[in-house]
Amino acid sequence: MPSLKDLRNRIASVKATQKITKAMQMVAAAKLRRAQLAAEAARPFAQRIDRVLANLAQSIGPGDGAPPLIAGTGKDDTHLLIIATAERGLCGGFNSSIVRLAREHIQSLLSQGKTVKIITIGKKGYEALRRQYADYIIETVDLRDVKTLTFDVADRLGKKIIAAFEAGEFDVATLFYSEFRSVISQIPTAQQLIPAVLPERPDDAVADAVYSYEPNEEEILETLLPRNVSVQVFRALLENAASEQGARMSAMDNATRNAGEMIKKQTLIYNRSRQAMITKELIEIISGAEAI
Amino acid sequence: MATFHVELVSPEKLLFAGQAESATVPSVDGEMTVLAAHAPLMAVLKPGVVQIRDANQNIRRLFVRGGFADVNPAGLTVLAEYAIPVEEIDTAFVDSQIRDAEEDVRDAKTFEDKQAASEKVVQLRDLRAAASR
Repeated sequence: MPSLKDLRNRIASVKATQKITKAMQMVAAAKLRRAQLAAEAARPFAQRIDRVLANLAQSIGPGDGAPPLIAGTGKDDTHLLIIATAERGLCGGFNSSIVRLAREHIQSLLSQGKTVKIITIGKKGYEALRRQYADYIIETVDLRDVKTLTFDVADRLGKKIIAAFEAGEFDVATLFYSEFRSVISQIPTAQQLIPAVLPERPDDAVADAVYSYEPNEEEILETLLPRNVSVQVFRALLENAASEQGARMSAMDNATRNAGEMIKKQTLIYNRSRQAMITKELIEIISGAEAI
Repeated sequence: MATFHVELVSPEKLLFAGQAESATVPSVDGEMTVLAAHAPLMAVLKPGVVQIRDANQNIRRLFVRGGFADVNPAGLTVLAEYAIPVEEIDTAFVDSQIRDAEEDVRDAKTFEDKQAASEKVVQLRDLRAAASR
């Protein structure tokens, strides 16, 4: 039986923890709002570039003339997995669910005898994968110093990926991140970056227009496709940022509630044992008086 | 004069969306002005200033870098890797950045570093030129 002092201490410590989780939840909520705004602001660009690409690809067709960023290298022996996670923990299952999806992917690729290369973005993914797949990790990207996610950050990454592709270091690139649906639902997603998966062409007047190109289609595609890779990376990073904050918010909300419950339980035990003690003392006094 | 829909988007945000009478974009083959009911066209842009003139003859000028112009029946869409309204360019700040970048070029140890730094200088000079015009 813990003493009254022990119980008091325990309640105080749970209260302190609850304050921390509550503060973290509020911080996450504020950050989430900002991350969501950023993700929304980036959406028009991604949509427009998708449409432009769909139009262009349609007019070029899937023939031999298509650039390798669309057509691929013709092999799929070496796979590059870009795994984007958070820099920090305490956000529920956010990191582990991305890592789990990636791990399943790695296993199935390895069992098919493919070569796997991994780039991790964010500390948590690296920590989770390094024990098992240290030999496959070719690079880790650190975003800890990045305060606001700008396009430049994603662009640098995208250019690195494309340089590696052009050097023939891999055939297929897949990007892992968590798509933000709502505060309580983030969906770990695997998206193929290279060869690019082209969006369906919308069936409207805009799509049917016969374009003229300046300077010409090939050159436009050549500049547009690498940019599309950067845009996709940017989008994934923004989605990830929003998901992380959402996951942290609901995890901390849960933690705060659990702490509240624990405080209630502990207070009940505390009050009971206090009463029991008083009763015991009273009985001792009364029976002492009777004995005289 | 007839107006048409113009949009200017960068990856970070939608900078302009609205009706315009004409829009001038710096295509790689030279400046080009788009009016309403222009034939569908796709053009690569060089760094420079996009000018948008609305129905009240107000002119908006925005600097773009690494962009595309997509003209279709729905209007003109300019996609730019980097875009900023000309009046928001802080010339003093850009000047100091140019000096920093030039220093980087001199101090660069490897060829790649040097190339990256001189690319930056060129980009910044474009920006500076846009602001002072």
